[in-house]
Amino acid sequence: MRRGRFTGYWLMLPAALWLGVFFVIPFYSLLATSLYDPEGSVLTGYDVTWHVANFADALREHADELWRSLWYAGVATVICAVLGYVLAYAIAFKAGRWRNVMLVLVIAPFFTSFLVRTLSWKLILADDGFVVDFLQTLHLMGEDDRLLATPVAVIAGLVYNFLPFMVLPLYASLEKIDVRLIEAAGDLYASPARGFWKVTLPLSMPGLVAGTLLTFIPSAGDYINAQLLGSTNQRMVGNVIQDLFTNTGDYATAGALSVTLMVIIVAMVVLYIRKAGTEELL
Amino acid sequence: MNVLHRVGRWIGEHLVLAAGVLVLVYMFVPIAVVMLMSFNDNSKSRNVYAFRDFTWHNWANVCQPDGMCEAVLRSVVIGLSATLVATILGTLAAFALVRHRFLGRSSMNTIIFLPMASPEIVMGSSLLALFVSAGFGGRLGMVTIFIAHVMFCLSFVIVTVKARLAGLDGNLEEAAMDLYASESTTFWRVTFPLVFPGIAAAALLSFSLSFDDFIITNLNAGQTVTFPMYVWGVAQRGIPMQVNVIGTIMFLVALAIVVGNMLATRRKQPA
Amino acid sequence: MSLAADRTDTTARPAEGPRDLRLAALTKEFATFTAVRSLDLTVPAGTFFALLGPSGCGKTTTLRMVAGLETPTSGTIHLGDRDITWEKPYRRPVNTVFQNYALFPHLDIHENVAFGLRRRGVKDVDQQVQEMLELVELESQARKKPPQMSGGQQQRVALARALINRPEVLLLDEPLGALDLKLRRSMQIEIKRIQEEVGLTFVHVTHDQEEAMTMADTIAVMNGGVIEQMGSPTELYENPQTTFVANFLGQSNLIAGTVASAEGDVVRVDMHGTQVSIPVDRAHTRTGAGWVGIRPEKVLVAPAGEPIDAPGNHMTGGVVTDVSFVGVSTQYLVRMPWGQELMAFEQNTGRRKILRHGAEVDVSWRPEFAFLLPADQDVRAGAFEED
Repeated sequence: MRRGRFTGYWLMLPAALWLGVFFVIPFYSLLATSLYDPEGSVLTGYDVTWHVANFADALREHADELWRSLWYAGVATVICAVLGYVLAYAIAFKAGRWRNVMLVLVIAPFFTSFLVRTLSWKLILADDGFVVDFLQTLHLMGEDDRLLATPVAVIAGLVYNFLPFMVLPLYASLEKIDVRLIEAAGDLYASPARGFWKVTLPLSMPGLVAGTLLTFIPSAGDYINAQLLGSTNQRMVGNVIQDLFTNTGDYATAGALSVTLMVIIVAMVVLYIRKAGTEELL
Repeated sequence: MNVLHRVGRWIGEHLVLAAGVLVLVYMFVPIAVVMLMSFNDNSKSRNVYAFRDFTWHNWANVCQPDGMCEAVLRSVVIGLSATLVATILGTLAAFALVRHRFLGRSSMNTIIFLPMASPEIVMGSSLLALFVSAGFGGRLGMVTIFIAHVMFCLSFVIVTVKARLAGLDGNLEEAAMDLYASESTTFWRVTFPLVFPGIAAAALLSFSLSFDDFIITNLNAGQTVTFPMYVWGVAQRGIPMQVNVIGTIMFLVALAIVVGNMLATRRKQPA
Repeated sequence: MSLAADRTDTTARPAEGPRDLRLAALTKEFATFTAVRSLDLTVPAGTFFALLGPSGCGKTTTLRMVAGLETPTSGTIHLGDRDITWEKPYRRPVNTVFQNYALFPHLDIHENVAFGLRRRGVKDVDQQVQEMLELVELESQARKKPPQMSGGQQQRVALARALINRPEVLLLDEPLGALDLKLRRSMQIEIKRIQEEVGLTFVHVTHDQEEAMTMADTIAVMNGGVIEQMGSPTELYENPQTTFVANFLGQSNLIAGTVASAEGDVVRVDMHGTQVSIPVDRAHTRTGAGWVGIRPEKVLVAPAGEPIDAPGNHMTGGVVTDVSFVGVSTQYLVRMPWGQELMAFEQNTGRRKILRHGAEVDVSWRPEFAFLLPADQDVRAGAFEED
């Protein structure tokens, strides 16, 4: 099947071109955009003037949103990791013949519109919705407290939206673990808790690392949850970028913010992978 | 001690499963709400976020809201065409990456990984920056959406097909050649049928990614409105209940495909 | 699909009369090592031939070159007068039973077996498949898919799928490796029976010496890319020419000695003070130091001073250091005065009580059973099979 020295190149070429032109080159365009003269507009055109001050401006004006994005995404990722681990563990080791059914149920929400589902959260958390009523009956919430337009709502939405991205890689790595290893730990005097801590958890690290990345990265860039479930006090960096691009037309600042977000995420991912000792993921 | 031990064990056996099921419930509450609201009659109320009366009206008059069905159709067209192109290009690339040695193969593997690891807002704004600087700023629409969708679907297709191809026992192709099948016969009789489930899964994934995408699409759509953009637009003023009908239909169709496929494979291999 | 091209291919049809398979100076080098080193080998038509050796000895590579799945670095492969060295695998009248069977998971058993015939455009495929499935006793399973079958059944399908093409040479690559011991034994006899029935040339690759001896007419023992020795199972076992063969095929006691004289048809060897004699056709060195070899079941043991019914090489001063009762026989380890422990296997005929640990014994064997190997060979070669 390995005929021809150039077959590989021909097969790869179309996809490589597409990704090159519409994924790699755009990063340069974005970088160029971030260095535009901020006086330009869609109508008058833009000039790359090496206006590095765009970055300073962007950071000064939007540091809050940037910080909030990382913070919300971090919290959402941790909650996802806990919930996702429980679910993945249950499917891998406890579900028995229900395993496939549960897996399908994990994937199923993928196929229902992201926006429609998020709007459905708006309904669930609404001021006269049953969750708020219930919590108020229990006096866990005051009469005038709300869930919508709070960080809780936004983070709950993020957790909900990206949970499958945590469960699937975790399940993939848990499922590969030989149950006999856990039994061997028990045989060698490890209590179930220690067995989990010393054997199961380390062996599922690749899944956990992949899952946290797949949850954190899209959460940090998301603005749908902040927009639909939050208020202006929960604006994330995505809201700002989106707004600057489509409404204000301030391409220079938007570009600078995008580049900053990407740089921060790449730096965090690299650090995280180093720390977790799973370089082979990349 | 013994009793305590057994209680502890029982909790260990069932608590984890119960907690897992609770997490699943959490994942399904919104979908259940969507389904429920698709039968909501809110004609007498301005509050769209509460269930009033049961009605078939929304299902019988799906296309009543202005522009919604047009948006759905547009999303389907974009989804199908982006899926077709991404699946073909991605499958070819997967074959190249698994079956051939060529210069730049390992950097290609990294580049494929990147779109899956970049925030959508960054990819979307990059692409917009490219279109604007190339002078397409005023001509954003179906074509630019299609380009963007093929771009982010490609990685998922390549990864999915690659996994299937890498898991393919190379001996099977050797066995075919040993049994008098030429290279091309071997491909069409053995390789392709065995890789096909991976390609089909990749196509399904592509379509749902494309159909559902909002962030990248919104930046590169210009005046064109896809279904998620329609939902976004009406979300501000109160959504028509028919949106829930569309959401329910999508869910049921996807579930039918996945479950049908699962049953089909189970029938083939009960062992 | 180039089905048409396959159909016009006539070369795959068996020729009139069986032909020998000849490998000449066959060499295969990979980037970091040489798998097969200038191999010369002739497999007579219609025989059951085994390539036996430890993993990594080059036996599978040799097989793959014959099948056309690997191209040789140099050398030739002939089938009779026809040079097939560079033929595509699908143009050779050679079929393979793969190690993991390589059954097509998307086709049922019937279609798996029919695959080769269909590619060649043969008529009445169904009839032939039916007959072949009867031969391997799977006619009732024709519509099952491979994953639904047991290992033994899959094995028989793989055999049927290759055999139905009536290849001139059938290659078997460790075909029984995945089966459990009992099934393996019955499959060995089954395959041997089928080979005798169809009369084709079988080339069987294995690392299991018992399997090779049970099935093959001729065995070639391979090690490090070369053939160490070739011959019938009895020849190889009774008269090994290298320490590797002596250790790999069964077990051997190898005792250091020095040739004292070589006259007539007997070589005399001084072995730690005892003179033993070895027939000249079993002595593979005539001068200097050497290894005296004797198979454990040929070594007779008796309590010190009691007569041993073997007129021959007689040694005293042994002490039993280990006794293992294994049912049909008892296996002793006997420490000799020079410190070496000799293995001695005795049939449990019941004629004598089993010796105890620590018993003082004499040891003896008939001269015609011993063999002599050159001292420059590694005494431990082939003794420990890392598998």
